[in-house]
Amino acid sequence: MSESARIDSPEQAEFRQYCRDWLATNKPGEPPVRLPQSALEIMTEPQLHYLQAWQKSAYDAGLVGCDYPEEVGGGGRKDCQRIANQEMIRAQTPFFPNVIGLGMAAPTVFYHAQEALKQRLLPRLFSGEDIWCQGFSEPGAGSDLASVQTFAERKGDKWVINGHKVWTSLAHFAEWMIILLRTDKSHKYDGLSYFVVPIREALGKGVTVRPLIKITGETGFNEVIFEDLEVDDSYRLDELGKGWQVAMTTLLHERGAGELQTPRSGGMKSKATHEVNAAAVMELARNTPRGAATAADDPLLRDRMMQLAIREKAFEQSQRRSRVQALLDHPMRIPLQNKLLASEIAQGMSELALDIEGAAASLYLADPNAPAGGQWPLAYMNTFGMTIAAGTSEVQRNILGERVLGMPKSK
Amino acid sequence: MAQPNDFGFGEEAGLLKDSARKFFADNLPVDALHRLVAENPDPERSPELVWREDLWHQMVELGWSMLAVPEQAGGLGMPLVAVAGLVEELGRAAFPCPLLGTLNATYVLAACGEQGRGALEEICGGLSATLALTGPSGSWLPGDTPLAAEGGRLSGTACFVQDAGKVDRILALARAEGGLALYWVDAGADGVTIEADAIVDLTRDQARVTFDGALATCVGSNGLAAVNQALPAIWTLLAADMAGAAEWQLQTTVEYVSTRKQFDHPLGFFQAVKHPLVDVMIMADETRSLVYNAACAYDHEPEKVAQFAHMAKSSASDLAGFASSRSVQYHGGIGFTWECFVHLYFKRQKHSQALWGDGAWHRAQLADILLAPAA
Ligand SMILES: Cc1cc2nc3c(=O)[nH]c(=O)nc-3n(C[C@H](O)[C@H](O)[C@H](O)COP(=O)(O)OP(=O)(O)OC[C@H]3O[C@@H](n4cnc5c(N)ncnc54)[C@H](O)[C@@H]3O)c2cc1C
Repeated sequence: MSESARIDSPEQAEFRQYCRDWLATNKPGEPPVRLPQSALEIMTEPQLHYLQAWQKSAYDAGLVGCDYPEEVGGGGRKDCQRIANQEMIRAQTPFFPNVIGLGMAAPTVFYHAQEALKQRLLPRLFSGEDIWCQGFSEPGAGSDLASVQTFAERKGDKWVINGHKVWTSLAHFAEWMIILLRTDKSHKYDGLSYFVVPIREALGKGVTVRPLIKITGETGFNEVIFEDLEVDDSYRLDELGKGWQVAMTTLLHERGAGELQTPRSGGMKSKATHEVNAAAVMELARNTPRGAATAADDPLLRDRMMQLAIREKAFEQSQRRSRVQALLDHPMRIPLQNKLLASEIAQGMSELALDIEGAAASLYLADPNAPAGGQWPLAYMNTFGMTIAAGTSEVQRNILGERVLGMPKSK
Repeated sequence: MAQPNDFGFGEEAGLLKDSARKFFADNLPVDALHRLVAENPDPERSPELVWREDLWHQMVELGWSMLAVPEQAGGLGMPLVAVAGLVEELGRAAFPCPLLGTLNATYVLAACGEQGRGALEEICGGLSATLALTGPSGSWLPGDTPLAAEGGRLSGTACFVQDAGKVDRILALARAEGGLALYWVDAGADGVTIEADAIVDLTRDQARVTFDGALATCVGSNGLAAVNQALPAIWTLLAADMAGAAEWQLQTTVEYVSTRKQFDHPLGFFQAVKHPLVDVMIMADETRSLVYNAACAYDHEPEKVAQFAHMAKSSASDLAGFASSRSVQYHGGIGFTWECFVHLYFKRQKHSQALWGDGAWHRAQLADILLAPAA
């Protein structure tokens, strides 16, 4: 709201108007099926196809990849993705399905791949035709990511991959995987290398994808087994042994702290979708009876709602402040908080929503009497995905304490 | 109205903030501050007025007390974001002076139109001021003022008047024939008695001010409107002070836990210490972002400013409580002593926490705005 009320550069203002006009006539219609709460829980083809069609049309219109150069399929603009995102969210469009591609693979490929590979991969990534996944975590390598063991052995100009990745979101639909591999067993960090791997064409031929069921009952992440999969050396990003540095580019963007703004849409209001924000929680409270009044009249719930509304506004304003040099101390101080805050605020909001619902919070998706279609208990559970994935909240606090505040490294 | 992306925090505001930081660091670093205000630890000491009046005069010379006075009244007419930048540095230095009171009075007077002009000119002339509108219950609502005015004479006792011992003028809100009105009173005039409170905070003074038929000039006939217009600026500036003080608490504590070793490690190695300090940083950033948003709204989005300023002061009050508790706790035994500087900020923050409304009060006000039944 007030974000878009602010003053744009001439290029941004013109682009904003263009986005607004385009969205007015091209925003997709009602989804044919219930959509998951985020792309990480896309389970069925109808869900995927509806969302892919939306991403493709937004890309064709120039709303995706705006700040990337034209040679790699981008829009060649400056600081305009933010504008497109604001307008898509304002227009309440559905979210994009290719989130790992847009948020992590694209910046990593852009900064670390050879030109020809960029030109081949990025346009279909932006359009959503190729879904991407991220093969970092393993059974023995979670928070301590650098201990990955999946091994690539050199064979001429090919590599042979063996190992086991877990929690791999969207692998069941993915054409491509960004993957962190061990190419040298004698060095923990310098023994890692980074590749892109076409997994879809290798299904049943060295790659097996098995769904894992989440706490919510949904699927969306998987385990991925590699057995003697051969990959061309041209799919390596950056130098051999530089995998950890490349992975840092991925993680920085995954945590919302990177240079390139991730294309983001969402905010659709329909029976088939659900949004977690202060406005939605306040609306729920207004519609929830409490004695003769509503939950919105309960002083304790009011206080908690305001605490979260304040933190939500602070988060938005910190994004704004992060671009005003004179009001910053350490350049990474705000960006490195993004992932932690977004996930913990969402968790607080959905937890509060359950307290507002009271006994009715016991009702789940299939119950005809569930308030908001049973989406709040689902949302609350899914926020733990956010506080665990992409580096847990505890790991984020270590990073902030060490890299920003300079406190000694914890083991 | 639209807010500029950069909060309207321009080059001039940046220079002001930097020079304020340098001024305080050069003239009253924390050890000097401690020697100045913490000489007497006696818990039953009588109230004393300790401050560097000479430094205040330098600040006046630099134009800082007239920053917010509109240009038409002879002031510098700086936007609230620039003033907030300066006040953040004031808080970082925990600097004892009547700047906040003078700024508060300035925003109220500026909302009085032509009537407030003469008083604003006195501020430009170097006089300091403070607001008096709170009664013994500590309510900050203008309608609860304990003062009354009749025929240009004030009566009643105002409580919790900030920096009353340091100021030249008092801007009093009083019940008069036509409703609430504002009066400009000489702090040394006949019929004005200033009884200093014995307070915990060593960097401020506070008093009960009794008016017994004191001669006063009416500077605003619509006092309610003027005070209501200025309150968001008052909350925002106090929140800026608290954000600055919290940053000092954070950096000082981080420095301590990075050097002091126990169990073969610096204390900051342990996550029971590290993670809460990260949370202090996060809250400090939230408050600062909300402060500059509210300050920018004061000049550019007035229809939203009350809402945004409630957010800023609520956030600041919670931050002040948490940063204070962590700063003492992680200094251990030394943090519990009078000689360790953290107590200066602990006490200033606890004072600020409730001043002009605590977090819960501001959230209750905010809820009335955000949860108002749809029109
Ligand atoms: C919904 C979801 C989607 C995911 N998608 C992907 C994906 O697409 N690709 C991918 O590669 N991975 C993915 N992950 C995996 C995710 O990155 C890991 O789960 C995460 O990094 C944590 O690792 P772990 O599960 O092994 O937990 P562990 O590392 O075993 O941690 C368990 C607990 O111990 C705490 N802990 C661990 N180390 C420390 C420490 N040093 N200090 C303090 N506390 C510590 C953690 O914070 C956590 O609370 C996904 C996870 C989820 C939940």
